[in-house]
Amino acid sequence: MRLIRRFEERCIDLVRSGDIGSGIHPCIGQEGVAAGLCAALRPDDALLSNHRGHGHFLARGSDPGRFLAELTGRVGGIDSGRAGSFHPSDLSAGIWGASGTVGHGAAIATGLGWALARDGDRVAVSVFGDGAVTQGALLESFNLASLWQVPVVFVCENNGYATTLPAPAGIAGSVVGRAEAFGIPASTVDGQDPEVVFDAMAAAVDRARGGGGPSLLEFTTYRFEGHHTFERRMRLAYRDDDEVARWRERDPLAIQAARVPADVRDAIDAEVEEVLDAAVRFALESPRPDPADAFDHLYATPVRLRGSLFGGLGAAAALDGAGRIFR
Amino acid sequence: MPKMSYSKALNRALTDEMERDPDVFVLGEDIKFALNSVTTGLLDRFPDRVLETPLSEQGFTNFATGAAMGGKRPVVEYQIPFLLLLVLEQISNQANKFRLMSAGQVKVPVTYLLPGTGWRPGWGAQHSDQPYGVFAHLGVKTVIPATPADAYGLFLSAIRDDDPVVVFCPMPALNLREDVSYADLAPIPLGVGRVCRSGADVTVLAVGHLVHEAMAVAEELAGEVSVEVFDPRSLHPFDWAGLAASVERTGRLVVFDDGNRFCGVGAEVLATAAEEMRLLAPPKRVTRPDAAVVVGCAPELDLAVQPSRAQLVAAIQAVVKS
Ligand SMILES: Cc1ncc(C[n+]2csc(CCOP(=O)(O)OP(=O)(O)O)c2C)c(N)n1
Repeated sequence: MRLIRRFEERCIDLVRSGDIGSGIHPCIGQEGVAAGLCAALRPDDALLSNHRGHGHFLARGSDPGRFLAELTGRVGGIDSGRAGSFHPSDLSAGIWGASGTVGHGAAIATGLGWALARDGDRVAVSVFGDGAVTQGALLESFNLASLWQVPVVFVCENNGYATTLPAPAGIAGSVVGRAEAFGIPASTVDGQDPEVVFDAMAAAVDRARGGGGPSLLEFTTYRFEGHHTFERRMRLAYRDDDEVARWRERDPLAIQAARVPADVRDAIDAEVEEVLDAAVRFALESPRPDPADAFDHLYATPVRLRGSLFGGLGAAAALDGAGRIFR
Repeated sequence: MPKMSYSKALNRALTDEMERDPDVFVLGEDIKFALNSVTTGLLDRFPDRVLETPLSEQGFTNFATGAAMGGKRPVVEYQIPFLLLLVLEQISNQANKFRLMSAGQVKVPVTYLLPGTGWRPGWGAQHSDQPYGVFAHLGVKTVIPATPADAYGLFLSAIRDDDPVVVFCPMPALNLREDVSYADLAPIPLGVGRVCRSGADVTVLAVGHLVHEAMAVAEELAGEVSVEVFDPRSLHPFDWAGLAASVERTGRLVVFDDGNRFCGVGAEVLATAAEEMRLLAPPKRVTRPDAAVVVGCAPELDLAVQPSRAQLVAAIQAVVKS
């Protein structure tokens, strides 16, 4: 959690300096969910993340340097600079991408879980926010997962807001009620305490792995920062300072720190700084991509595009190439 | 030689491929009862690879993406062309981008099959769309076979392709029959067109079932104009080299396309030809009109907006004269 917190604080600096062009959706305040849920997974389980996913990556063991290189759009990034902060994936860490279409990644996770279950006992996890539960497509995933008893755990990080919309103003009924309507066991759990998150998640994962089908966990949590780093410039007044202060008293880092001896804590903190110094160095030293490579990875079976795309059909020569993107 | 229908060719391609590759499975609505004849017999042979879905197009389209990422090769069948518009986001923005976003860590080999695209006589405004141009525009691999042998070969290649591919099967083509020997059925690479008839005066690029109409027109005009008919077979990737070679021979071009005119495939082909090919006369296109006018019920209204043989004849004559 300390790594996630400090990583994102570093990211915010890099947003300010212009090194992270997109800005980020910080999960500061929500680290307890990321840490607890990822600790309950086997390395070969599959997680599909969303736009607020940095915590998931680090908690699953994605390399901080390569991840930061990704956020800064460098060649050394986990996705060679193709994904940025919004759509990263790191299969070596068990993260199968992050869908930018809020709520729709849940069906991808359901299909993935279904496929993985046919060849073994791996579990898929879909993480989304409270804003996602108002997407009809999410409910389609619940229906399919329950009908076909797919080993998928739906995780709702309910941080109280979808951008500026308070959860109660967007959600009729309840989050768990939606899952229960499809015959999916669901519960609401404190997301600020990572050990509580871990216990709930471990039970859901066991159940899925044992053939018990899908379940949903709604973790109540809070983001201490704005929806996106742009908010720092905008001074949006959709939540009051008292509310933020009340939640800060339940900082997941403080809750966990109280369980760790002071000297161990200091050692962790020092190690985190070292790791992050190296990560920032790695990211900023990694080369920027060559514009000529913009079409790499577009298709698995390359497509012949028109030569004119690359500045005029040098006519016949370009047309003769077989099965390759023209240069 | 046995006559094989277009629908039977699709069924055979899917059956052969499921036989060959245990990762291939099919999902869609009412496929157990094979409403479109594509999945006939599959349930008996592969009971656990026929996934009958509820009416959840967005859900099962993304589900297929996930299953493909997990190593399977889903074939998704849709009943009606507009359903592809309901899942446009899932195909173009999710399935078609995951590989790029993951810098090649995952591949998404899904085939989306629409057995019955385009005009359904009398079915009205919501059931007769021809949305292939939309997918080609968005960079999704887009295939539209005209004949049973092509339906077999292109569908097979689509299933084997490691990217998402949409296969449009025109409604008017589904019952076409053709002499084919089973032994001759083979995969047909995407992006390779076919000269269906050689000619010297004008190239007619015809899409889908309009290939057959173009062939009839070419025959009809044989004494007057020598028409070359070119079927691109896939719209993305598009066989620009094949078309350029044909236009090089004839110097003239007419596009015969069942899509809407504005921003349609015809527009794209004409633009590229004008920019990059050697034309002796301004090219023309015969398409549906601008905008989504498909009227329905009254045959006069219905036919009024379909690209017709008469329009094609007029376009060919105009291009040849100029
Ligand atoms: C389908 C869809 N609608 C809208 C958006 C724009 N958008 C991105 S994040 C977001 C809020 C999401 O809120 P929530 O799901 O609660 O997650 P949180 O940001 O709170 O973690 C919105 C509206 C989107 N990306 N996708």
